[in-house]
Amino acid sequence: MKQKIRDILGKHGGLPVPVETLADDADLYAAGLSSFASVQVMLGIEEAFDVEFPDNLLNRKSFQSVDAITRAVSSLVGNAEAAE
Amino acid sequence: MTLTVGSSLAERAERVSAVAAVHADDVDVKGRFPREAVDAMIAERLLSIQIPAALGGEDASLSQIAEVCSLLGQSCSAAAMVFAMHHIKLSSLVSHGAGDAWHSAFMRRVSDEQLLLASATTEGGIGGNLRNSICAIEIEGDTCRLTKDATVISYGAHADAILITSRAHADAASTDQVMTVFTKDQYTLEQTHVWDTLGMRGTCSDGWLFKGEAPKEQILPKPFAEIAAQSMLATSHLLWSAVWYGIAVNAVARAQAFVRAAARKSPGQTPPGALRLAEASNLLQLVKSNTIAGLREYEAAKADPDRLSSMGFAVAMNNVKIASSETILAIINQAMLIVGIMGYKNGTPFSIGRHLRDAHSAQLMISNDRILGNTSNLLLVHKQDTSLIG
Repeated sequence: MKQKIRDILGKHGGLPVPVETLADDADLYAAGLSSFASVQVMLGIEEAFDVEFPDNLLNRKSFQSVDAITRAVSSLVGNAEAAE
Repeated sequence: MTLTVGSSLAERAERVSAVAAVHADDVDVKGRFPREAVDAMIAERLLSIQIPAALGGEDASLSQIAEVCSLLGQSCSAAAMVFAMHHIKLSSLVSHGAGDAWHSAFMRRVSDEQLLLASATTEGGIGGNLRNSICAIEIEGDTCRLTKDATVISYGAHADAILITSRAHADAASTDQVMTVFTKDQYTLEQTHVWDTLGMRGTCSDGWLFKGEAPKEQILPKPFAEIAAQSMLATSHLLWSAVWYGIAVNAVARAQAFVRAAARKSPGQTPPGALRLAEASNLLQLVKSNTIAGLREYEAAKADPDRLSSMGFAVAMNNVKIASSETILAIINQAMLIVGIMGYKNGTPFSIGRHLRDAHSAQLMISNDRILGNTSNLLLVHKQDTSLIG
């Protein structure tokens, strides 16, 4: 899941640095993630994982780091995939 | 403090508003700073009402501050906007600087000395997006230094301190920003642009080359992205809306006085402008309701940083700004149609030209197109809160 998220970040995040250089807990906003790009990343994730973010996850914190996004997505995809 | 008569916040604001009204036309014609009104704010200690009582302020809520903005807006848009912008800056200090020794001590100073705070977020080359900086703050030992081509610093020449944005360090991304407080003795300003505009002339929003040096502890401890999302965005849209509402209130008051005068002259006949006045009153109530709803939403979310940084909150605040900035133009236009030539002409008791010119700034200060673009992006994932319970 993390790799898939990283791929989406690389494609839609518009980051000035390669995603591989960022640790799982690195602050994506400090790395240059704009609010516009964060929505594009959300859309990419919704499409890739076939989920829809509820409004309570649509805040800065949910997209602060690769770890945070992983937690948010895990809470949505249900037990089956989370157990993988 | 020796306030003998009428020391409620509303009474103090009314007194300042009365002073502002006397000089409003002169401020507008000359494009000069509303010195008398700001001196009256200082005398009534209105510059520190937002600061916690423990630091010398009065713990005023944003709704109370908005009411003062509206009262001032009813007499002088420029004075009201200076007051609003000062409190927008102060909201960042109150929300994000309270736990920090330097910024707490500075708030105490703002209270004691009634310091006027200005903002420098605009920069040549960023294309109007304040969430981007080109300039970077330079830290060496305990000192920070900053040079910024600030194309707009409202009342920059009259402020006692400037809160200024920059990249967090030389290698930081353009969105990795911090905000730093520099006091007047810590910077120089070299004028680069002259503020000669259609309206809001007295805000004296000239352009300046800013050069400052200060102890690095004056950098606000939170990233500017959080400050923008959690205090600046909301307080800007809400307090600006309160100022604009005040401008519209006064235009409608002038139109109503005109209609009433006509009605008194010919009892039994409804004056021709009466129907338009009813329409203007309807629109004015919409702006009032919209602003109050936004203020309530802010007060409810205030203690919860997650809610303040949520998309739903950003969409709601964006919508408040769009609606108030567009609707006041329709209201003031109605007022002009009601009053006719006496409104178009300057220097009559019913003049509305200044109101109309000032109100035209509302759609431009943070362009409505940019805000709609931001909202439209958020709506790709966010679903609007449609509950009437709130």
